[in-house]
Amino acid sequence: MKIQMTVNGVPRENDVEPRTLLVQYIREQLGLTGTNIGCDTSSCGACTVHVNGESVKSCTMLAAQADGTSVTTIEGLAKGDQMHPMQEAFMQNHGLQCGYCTPGMVMAAISLLEENPNPTEEDVRIGLEGNLCRCTGYHNIVQSVLAAAKK
Amino acid sequence: MGGSILGERVLRKEDPKFLTSGGKYVDDLLDEPLLQGALHVTYARSTVAHGRINSIDTSEAAGMPGVVAIFTAADLGLQPVPSSFNPAAARTLLASDKVRYVGEPIAAIISETREQGEDAAEMVFADYDVLPAYTDMMAAMAPDATLIYEACGSNIVFDTTALGIPANTGDDFFKDCEVVVRGEFMNQRVAPCPLEVRGSAVAWADGRLHQWISTQHAQGAHAPVAATNGVDPSQVRILTPDVGGGFGAKIGAYPEELLLGVLSKRVGKPLRWRESRSESMVALGHGRAQFQRVVIGGSRDGKVTHYQLHAFQDSGAFVDMGTILAPFMTRPMSSGVYAIPNIECHTTSVVTNTTPTVAYRGAGRPEATAAIERAMDLFAYEIGKDAAEVRRMNLIPKFMEPHTTVVGQTYDVGDYEESLNRALAAADYAGWRRKQAERRASGNVKQIGIGVSVYVEITGGVGNGEQAKIEILDDGSALVYTGTSPHGQGHATSWAMLASEKTGIPIDRIDLVWGDTDLTPVGSGTMGSRSLQQGGNAVYSVAGTLVEKAKAVAARLLEANEADIVLDTDRAVFHVAGTPAVTKTWADLAVAEKANGGLSHDEYIGVPGATFPFGSHVAVVEVDTETGKVTHIAHTACDDAGRVLNPMLLEGQIHGGVAQGAAQALLEEVAYDGDGNPITSNLADYAFISAAELPSVTVVHMETPTPVNLIGAKGIGESGTIGSTPALQSAVVDAVSHLGVRNIEMPCTPQRVWAAIAAAKK
Repeated sequence: MKIQMTVNGVPRENDVEPRTLLVQYIREQLGLTGTNIGCDTSSCGACTVHVNGESVKSCTMLAAQADGTSVTTIEGLAKGDQMHPMQEAFMQNHGLQCGYCTPGMVMAAISLLEENPNPTEEDVRIGLEGNLCRCTGYHNIVQSVLAAAKK
Repeated sequence: MGGSILGERVLRKEDPKFLTSGGKYVDDLLDEPLLQGALHVTYARSTVAHGRINSIDTSEAAGMPGVVAIFTAADLGLQPVPSSFNPAAARTLLASDKVRYVGEPIAAIISETREQGEDAAEMVFADYDVLPAYTDMMAAMAPDATLIYEACGSNIVFDTTALGIPANTGDDFFKDCEVVVRGEFMNQRVAPCPLEVRGSAVAWADGRLHQWISTQHAQGAHAPVAATNGVDPSQVRILTPDVGGGFGAKIGAYPEELLLGVLSKRVGKPLRWRESRSESMVALGHGRAQFQRVVIGGSRDGKVTHYQLHAFQDSGAFVDMGTILAPFMTRPMSSGVYAIPNIECHTTSVVTNTTPTVAYRGAGRPEATAAIERAMDLFAYEIGKDAAEVRRMNLIPKFMEPHTTVVGQTYDVGDYEESLNRALAAADYAGWRRKQAERRASGNVKQIGIGVSVYVEITGGVGNGEQAKIEILDDGSALVYTGTSPHGQGHATSWAMLASEKTGIPIDRIDLVWGDTDLTPVGSGTMGSRSLQQGGNAVYSVAGTLVEKAKAVAARLLEANEADIVLDTDRAVFHVAGTPAVTKTWADLAVAEKANGGLSHDEYIGVPGATFPFGSHVAVVEVDTETGKVTHIAHTACDDAGRVLNPMLLEGQIHGGVAQGAAQALLEEVAYDGDGNPITSNLADYAFISAAELPSVTVVHMETPTPVNLIGAKGIGESGTIGSTPALQSAVVDAVSHLGVRNIEMPCTPQRVWAAIAAAKK
């Protein structure tokens, strides 16, 4: 089936199998491999992207369901060499180690601040519960999000 | 002169890539020319825990859409491969005569897409004579137990008595003790869970096998891959893309990776393989899985004089690295930080019908620490003294010369009491004890518990040095080649800092090469917290030698004596002492040396031994005595890893370690049903710790440099995991100890805590 959507500002139109997940479409058909796959139960959040400005685990959505939407992935955040403030906060606060959860974590964190611009530490911890990280112990991820909120 | 970059909080060079386009992990190699047209591999896996294979029917799967080929062990003519640690335990890389755990690969399916392979794997039908399945070591050791490896003659596959170490003696050992306390603890099986599961890709080109693996040790995979493919090692190139975490479980090469070259040759196409998370939970090695019997004895005033540990290590269904962690990592560290004059430690490793165990962050040392720390708590309860004070009474006093414990392990340097003092002060231990007393007095439903652990561990026990090469390019930038292998630790930044310190070349002009056996053929990888003290040490040393080589070139160009040449590291230029205006840059020297093969230095730098980081953790929990729910409310870690290169990276390692340690204490456990079926085989069922279940961590710095390497550094990668688990378990027990509870098995789930309280009330 044919679908069209805007991905990181670029209009896209492709043929997909109906069972194609949004994350497969983004990775395999568009070649945007910044979005990662970490599980098969929608538990880890590594595949989090924005669909019409809201964070979505892209393994929970069919590509066909995203037909007509505007999608943003980690590759679409920076403006040229200028990182998004959340990306910058993760860099400044050592909010990443192996980097595998990072794209999804950054996308989820941006969405969290849009809903709650002045979160407490507890708000951030609960807000990111659906995004798993094995390296950082979350300490510096939480610090990154709190720092980005202050900007 | 500017200050040293060493010890500075330098941001990571590698981060912009990870943050803007994402890393290039093995599954992201879409543009790799050698992998164009690659097919996908899916492994069909055993659905029974222990059984004799009568037949494997692949006919239906072979007719599924997109399936190109299916291979069993018989189709490939696979021969048994013996374990390195017990050659009598031998298995084929695809199961042939028997299956020994649920998840063991039995057939390889080659298909056009990954989804087609997954569908076809469901249609591979194996017929088994089901054998008794052992998920419990005691059952597997019973005299009439069915043997998992008949050739071993026993399900005990490794025992310290075979090394000439006497078995533990009986109660007589404690005859002089006023107080003797016993305990049995299960250091439960956990899943390493790197966020990136295993994956690999292969292509044959010009008679050589090119294999990308998500690994911690490309050089370690090189020989087994060559052997599996029956080719000379020179015909194999292992490459390491970005790796999304390893935690010990990606050290060794697995059957699924070893077979890819063979399969690729059969079908004449490049291949990609990535397991699913559900596969990873049963086929990536597990960690811990050690049952411990401890007896501790001493005087009523608090001096511990005797300690006995018998550790039973669950090897799982193969004799992999997990098997040898108990004898070679747990046993040497059984004395912990304590001066105990009499210790017996016996270890017994047992095969069971569960996923094979491997190294997992800490690998044998968390188990040693947990055993002695739990024993210390039981001893303190028995004599009615504060657990922190009993520890203090028994610590090995500060030593700046090597100290050998009664089990024969020599530690480099240590000041355990200082780390305990700093941790207790930073955690406000006395304040929490007051709060605890208030809650107890008021009968509050939510009780406070405080747990303390003091630990010492062994790092850099793997490898006796490391290879490093630094090459100066024509533009004056540098390439550092290392035998270590980053997967989150920040080597690109750290190794650049070390090279920059000696050469003056700014870190943004120093790039790192790793994990490519053509470019870095010698290396022991990243494991056992060895990277900085061996790999970093090698880079630091090689950079120093390169500067000396460069001075000789500069002397020639400046027509001066070599002895008169100085390197101004602030400007990264060479000049004659006293004549700073006439300079030669690194680029000048590299260009001048082009005719002589370039300006570089390549050397293996040995180290005399391992190092012994130590520290103290204080965990505070709140326990709801009606529901058993535990909330981890505060955590303080004072970890001494010697000289610190980059405090930001050090803290990151501690935070991550604490989280994994807390996960074991409170949440995570791999579980099986009575037939050996895994019941925690995805991230919905396995209690992977999240941000919501952790507090922020207070990190207290302490630096006692080691004399073992040039930098003075010890390992920090595993400390957080080792110190945090026993502190947390202790805190949970402490919260309800006034009710009579003395032990709660890990993970301290609400059900277990509630049951312990209920049992104590009876």
